[in-house]
Amino acid sequence: MSDVVTIKQVIQEAYDTKTFVFDWDADVKPGQFIMIWIPGTDEIPMSVSGITAKTKSVTVKAIGDATKRLHEFKEGDKLSIRGPFGNGFDLSNKNVLIIGGGVGTAAIMPVVVQTGADTIIAARSDKDLIMLDTAKKYAANMWIATDDGSAGFHGNAVQLMKEKIALKSYDHIIACGPEVMLYFTYKACEELDQDCQLSLERYMKCGAGVCGCCVMDDKRICKDGPVFTKSQISQLTEFGVSRRDACGRVVKFR
Amino acid sequence: MASLKTEIGSISLERPSMIASGIMDETGKSLVRVLESGAGAVVTKSIGLVPNPGHDNPCFMEVRGGYVNAMGLPNPGIELFKEEMDEAVPKGKVIGSIYGAGPDDFSKLAAKMEDYGACAVELNLSCPHAKGYGMEVGTDPEMVRSIVSAVKSSVSIPVWAKLTPNTHILTKIGLAVQEAGGDAIVAINTLKAMVISPEFARPIMSNKFCGLSGEAVKPVGVRAIYDLRSAVDIPLIGVGGISDWRDAAEYIMAGACAFQIGSAVGTKGLEVFSQINDGLSSFMDEYGYDSIKSMVGVAHE
Repeated sequence: MSDVVTIKQVIQEAYDTKTFVFDWDADVKPGQFIMIWIPGTDEIPMSVSGITAKTKSVTVKAIGDATKRLHEFKEGDKLSIRGPFGNGFDLSNKNVLIIGGGVGTAAIMPVVVQTGADTIIAARSDKDLIMLDTAKKYAANMWIATDDGSAGFHGNAVQLMKEKIALKSYDHIIACGPEVMLYFTYKACEELDQDCQLSLERYMKCGAGVCGCCVMDDKRICKDGPVFTKSQISQLTEFGVSRRDACGRVVKFR
Repeated sequence: MASLKTEIGSISLERPSMIASGIMDETGKSLVRVLESGAGAVVTKSIGLVPNPGHDNPCFMEVRGGYVNAMGLPNPGIELFKEEMDEAVPKGKVIGSIYGAGPDDFSKLAAKMEDYGACAVELNLSCPHAKGYGMEVGTDPEMVRSIVSAVKSSVSIPVWAKLTPNTHILTKIGLAVQEAGGDAIVAINTLKAMVISPEFARPIMSNKFCGLSGEAVKPVGVRAIYDLRSAVDIPLIGVGGISDWRDAAEYIMAGACAFQIGSAVGTKGLEVFSQINDGLSSFMDEYGYDSIKSMVGVAHE
């Protein structure tokens, strides 16, 4: 079923990224996502970036036709959405280190708000950093990493993570970001015997676990995920290696 | 426990449930997962001659009583699909679903599926949302006759025809399948449908038209199997809105010797296969059916 919701607030997060807060009283867990229909353009999966009883939000980087069109939406405009979909993060253990990379930061922000745990926000450059105010407000400690050193730690999220887990022990790493970041996060966790939960992404059509287009090995990102545990990820031969296009053809990352 | 073994012509299945074409069946590993969930066989996504991305999103949504979809037959094309078949075929019975614009397309595709190890081919003569394919070729009995007959002469594995309920001449089409040598009929595909957004004043699907599946279509499917059973002698496979053992029993009593499950994988998860297998077996014990065969078509008596 689709719900038509009204945008209450639009927040400019970065030069190319906006958060859309809308009225929606659905029960949503951190790490779940929705499908947003942009009439005449596309329907796309978006992580829920903010959760209150009466409102939810998505945080959108304008990179394709659909996201550019969505950026034109204003307060008062209507959105057609489906969901929430996916499993979300397991937050039964609050001693976690949270990592958000690029626009993947959107997916982990509800975890920051709910747990108040230590958080790393990473991006290419200071101009790409998003949602710092929320992270600062809720996280016990917030650290920034930029690839070019323009803000915070000069280096990537995984390098900073390694430094932080050397100083304090965490039960889980919780992360979302580009697949290359997640792949090396996973590799580091394997090497350091550190548990983790990662939110993964694939091209999606139905969102509901039916069509099988978003599979990684035999797991549907939309229904079995998008959050996977370290032991599940250890079974995924396609993670960090290949994806499938709209036809279902294998596309290698490198 | 009553045996769930069933025969679809020359094909023998340990369990009568299969995954319906289009559901979690685009990759080898997905097909294996479904086989391991208790399905007696799996049917692949419908595969065409060349890669097809399908229709743009939105191409799926939940509606009361089921789903609508206008996937538009996305598939990697028959050449690349060999890799997926190589992975799935050693793990169980795989039926290759194929779609084409006419007899030549279907014959080429069927021959490939046979080479890849499919135990049967299922001809998609029924998709309601792909221009030039599916029900556009599957509602003309003469076209159906020529497609089935061409495929029959190009392969030695059984040939199943999946038919559409979007016609008033279903039994004529069924007879055309039988007369052309078809080995079984699968019914039904989705009902041609449309969903409009009042707020945006336009159809929601990018393709405008779509197909309705799920619990809402079950009575239509059961009726279709009942009608076909009265008209033809070849085996029937029931599909449309099956989500529990009672639904499956209805299809069997209407005349189906096996059945396929699609939308319920979304609503109930892959556990639906083992739930239906167990429920059906208990029902058969309680009501004295010692085999699936003894239950097929009993509603006609």
